[in-house]
Amino acid sequence: MGRYFLKRLWHGVIVIFGVTVLVFVVTRLVGDPVKVMLPLEATAEQRAAFEKELGLDQPIYVQFEDFMKGLSRLDFGKSLWQHRPAMQIVFEKLPLTLELALLGIGLAFVLSIPLGIISALRPGGVSDRSTVFVSLVGLSVPQFWMGLLLIIVFAVQFKWLPTSGIDTPAHLILPTITMALPALARLVMIVRSSMIDELNQQYVKTCFAKGLPFYRVVGVHALRNASLPVVTLTGWELIRAVAGYSVVVETVFAWPGLGLTAIQAIERDDLILLQAIVFTVAVLVVLINILMDVAYKIIDPRLKLS
Amino acid sequence: MSIKQGAMESGLDRRAGRLKSLFLELWRDKAGFLGTAMIAALLFMAVAAPLIAPHSPTAQDLRNRLKPPVWDENGSWNHLLGTDNLGRDVLSRVIYGSRVSLMVGASVVLIAGTFGTVLGLIAGYRGGRTDNVIMRWIDTQVAFPGLLIALIILAVIGPSMITVILVLSFNGWMVYGRMTRGAVLSVRQTAYVEAAEIVGCSAPRVVLRHILPNLTSPLLTLAILEFARIVLAEAALSFLGMGIQPPATSWGLDVASGKNYLFRAWWLVTFPGIAISLTVLAINLVASWLRLVSDPQEREKQFARQMSARRKRGTVAREASAP
Repeated sequence: MGRYFLKRLWHGVIVIFGVTVLVFVVTRLVGDPVKVMLPLEATAEQRAAFEKELGLDQPIYVQFEDFMKGLSRLDFGKSLWQHRPAMQIVFEKLPLTLELALLGIGLAFVLSIPLGIISALRPGGVSDRSTVFVSLVGLSVPQFWMGLLLIIVFAVQFKWLPTSGIDTPAHLILPTITMALPALARLVMIVRSSMIDELNQQYVKTCFAKGLPFYRVVGVHALRNASLPVVTLTGWELIRAVAGYSVVVETVFAWPGLGLTAIQAIERDDLILLQAIVFTVAVLVVLINILMDVAYKIIDPRLKLS
Repeated sequence: MSIKQGAMESGLDRRAGRLKSLFLELWRDKAGFLGTAMIAALLFMAVAAPLIAPHSPTAQDLRNRLKPPVWDENGSWNHLLGTDNLGRDVLSRVIYGSRVSLMVGASVVLIAGTFGTVLGLIAGYRGGRTDNVIMRWIDTQVAFPGLLIALIILAVIGPSMITVILVLSFNGWMVYGRMTRGAVLSVRQTAYVEAAEIVGCSAPRVVLRHILPNLTSPLLTLAILEFARIVLAEAALSFLGMGIQPPATSWGLDVASGKNYLFRAWWLVTFPGIAISLTVLAINLVASWLRLVSDPQEREKQFARQMSARRKRGTVAREASAP
């Protein structure tokens, strides 16, 4: 058990190292950071000064050493756009991204279980077929477009909800729903299929035969056994939410989290801030992966982790 | 000669028969049929875009800016789905947009699929250290935050159709690698692969002629599913401003530019969005049909489900007692 987690932790370190090296190679070797970050009309002296400030006049291995040294202190340098440490900005924005991701995926998880169970109780029935069809549509609709449609309907037409921003709890509603929808579609499908598998097992018949009430058989015995793939997928959805959905949803609703900041950093050619964001998100992904492993062990103590 | 010809004919017959039964199966599954028909229509739209589009997708008409669709009282038959902020015809842009989506989707599936499959074949067949290294690589890259990596690469090297294709391929090859390796490991155990090895077939021959054909149907299903994912990814990148760049046309790009006119012109975001959704839906329908057809276990499940549903309705009992 302990060894397993050490191994996972080690894998996480490799992933973070890989992302860091990739980002370093992309920004320093593939592209010319000076060209990206300085305006076109910058003079030769300005370029030289800028290179010196970022240490870009050093040979590449010295640059890498400096980069890794800075990283060990979580210091990526100052954001070109806001003129303050990039990590400071990241830590300001991080809670907003986490809030939206957890709310959205939480909502999807909570809704997917009853919907999936209803579907699984009568596979091929009307409610099942409509659930499957709606999920398929949900998987096919681009998330950013879903968000814009919700804005058109609920903010522009009916004027019930605000379009964007974070001032009141009402501002949370549309972004949360948008965040939840694709995850919900996938989760419903997996709850459905693993519940169908469980309900066909012999022990379910035994449970009914010994006179357990319906809700206990389905809601406790079968659901518990069906939960492992569901938890796996929820973890993946959380990873997707933090590493992908957040950029899209935050851009649509002007939600000032890490995702929107990443897009703004690109618009302002601020590679330093962008590096800090990519690094932070990679660390988050690794942490969620490790938390998922802990969750497995709690749900199914029989699991031998290796 | 006649024997050879006969064999060839029966082979052709068999192939025609298989095609026919495949078509019948497709016809039986209405959703899969609908999906295939939609994809065919989409392909036609992309190929024949200059013939069917009423206007050039980039022709501006500043006097007719932000015209609503034809069914609105201010709409006109000249612009069926209205015009955008520069007076460009929305319908023509939707038609031309299909080209980019299909092009990017097909290229990425081809590049990522080939790279992933080759690495998967090598890992599965060679095993040992090679396998370890490749699988480690895949495990590591799978845990990368894909969209952000794509954004940072595109920000540095500049977004264009080619860079989008390369970046999406870089992010998407791992699935093929994992799946191919798993399948190779199970096929390797079979007697005919062993026989081929004993007879002295070279490693490439064993892999390409004896192992790869077994992977066709799962790889095909995966490729179709990935195609749908790539269409969505391209749209998202273009929407974020890091994908296809104007003056080129892309559905995601059109949704992004329509976003600034949400309050005045709902049709600008609506129609390109519908185009993306229908495309992805069609591909998903075909993929789920293909999965059912190609997986014997799923087929059995499906059959059992149909039977049990029918039994519940009581038709089986009646059918059984009828003759």
